[in-house]
Amino acid sequence: MSGKLVLSLHHVDSGYSGGGPFGKKKRQAVLHDVTFDVHHGEILGLVGESGTGKSTLAKTILGMVKPDRGTVTHFTKRPQMIFQDPYSSLNPFYSVEWSLEEPLRVYGKYSREERKRRVREMLERVELPAEYLGAKPSELSGGQRQRVSIAAALIRRPKFLIADEPVSALDVTIQAQILTLLRSLRKELDLSYLFISHDLNVVYQLCDRVLVMKKGRIVERGTVDEIFDHPKEAYTKQLLAAAE
Amino acid sequence: MKNRNGFLTAGLALTCALGALILLGFFWTPYDPNAMAAGGKFDGPSLAHWMGTDNFGRDIFSRVLKGAGATTSIALATLAIGAVCGSLAGALTGYFGGPVDELLMRVNDTLTAFPNILLALVVISILEPGKKINVIIALGLVFVPSFARVTRTAFASLRDVNYIQSARLMGAGNGRILAVHMLPNTLPVLLPALTIGFNNAVLAEASMSFLGIGVTPPDASLGYMLSEAQGMLFSAPWYAAGTGLVIVLLVFSVGLLGEGLRRRERGVL
Repeated sequence: MSGKLVLSLHHVDSGYSGGGPFGKKKRQAVLHDVTFDVHHGEILGLVGESGTGKSTLAKTILGMVKPDRGTVTHFTKRPQMIFQDPYSSLNPFYSVEWSLEEPLRVYGKYSREERKRRVREMLERVELPAEYLGAKPSELSGGQRQRVSIAAALIRRPKFLIADEPVSALDVTIQAQILTLLRSLRKELDLSYLFISHDLNVVYQLCDRVLVMKKGRIVERGTVDEIFDHPKEAYTKQLLAAAE
Repeated sequence: MKNRNGFLTAGLALTCALGALILLGFFWTPYDPNAMAAGGKFDGPSLAHWMGTDNFGRDIFSRVLKGAGATTSIALATLAIGAVCGSLAGALTGYFGGPVDELLMRVNDTLTAFPNILLALVVISILEPGKKINVIIALGLVFVPSFARVTRTAFASLRDVNYIQSARLMGAGNGRILAVHMLPNTLPVLLPALTIGFNNAVLAEASMSFLGIGVTPPDASLGYMLSEAQGMLFSAPWYAAGTGLVIVLLVFSVGLLGEGLRRRERGVL
């Protein structure tokens, strides 16, 4: 692991404003004093129970939620995200080809031929046959949709990808395939991941380092071996016990 | 489509048939709709006069064709104003939310509380009664709130959906997200709303003309003709029956179409 960073969070507090008619309701604090780095080329796992603020963290990193305090520093351009639910992550109105081409169209610097070429190449990378180009999301299985989502996220060649529970909605065999895909894409495309999951087995298979989050705070961090073999915090032990 | 959609097929067929007939009425009618003594006075329905004749001996079928044309074009123009303004307002407030959204929706609630005809009456008395264009403007404005509401709900429900967040992440602008990413997915809601809106516009126009605040002679609309027919309900019942039948048919067929669209989209999504 080189010393290069792709992302750095420094004492970040974040949360949601409570909505209400004029947004006056008190802001709901979710994250407290979150500090961590993502190194170039690594897969950093983020584990914790549901409701602990993992998704809020992802949204804060991507700027969908503004942090109350602290700094989020990106060292790469346009980080992308893969969502948990493969059924809502693709626009149901459009074909696979359209969804893959759209990021390039928005970017606006490629010719039509170049866009089509890149779409085909990316579809190959996520191991989907070209015959799916014309398919609508409703014609695809969950695993296939997730492959298309991954392809759409990667088509503009970001260097950093946030995966928010990307395999939790899939069958175990499909999970394994997607994890293998993510692992090989990391090498091929020189990617770094923040991999969010509540499933410790999945994290163990895929990640290099792990952050354990509880109620919006990072309570323990370390390499996968450290965390899984010698957990220090009671909460981590509890999570591990529950996963067995 | 696996299971056939009877509503859609029947609605489309009926609407197209009626539409073709109405379109034909713009260019050709069996008799001159205003020619007196095209037949005898108060002739009952016959092969020569399908819907009989009125007190001047005018062919009612020809008049109904013309009237349906007037009613339909007013309803369509009304719909255009209401749908375009309403959808635009609804899409923007639904997507951006915030205080403006809240304010507009409360105004909307207030307007919705009034019966359509009453509101149109207010607008038309502020403008100038009796003119076709004013009827259209008045009814169009009245139809804005309901479209705004439907569109707002549709767009607001998509605002935080994952594929819209992805679109934002890839750098798509708000305009592109609204028009390209969201709009097609709101059609399942908007299209049936359009058909319902059309029907309401037809009925509203007919009611207003019936009450004498809508289209006035020499323009004839179905509503005006119904009010005319009222006076000769006993001497020429076929006048009221023929005119009424066309209004009912028009609303019924477009209603079928709307129900068909709704069912189809619900099946897909």
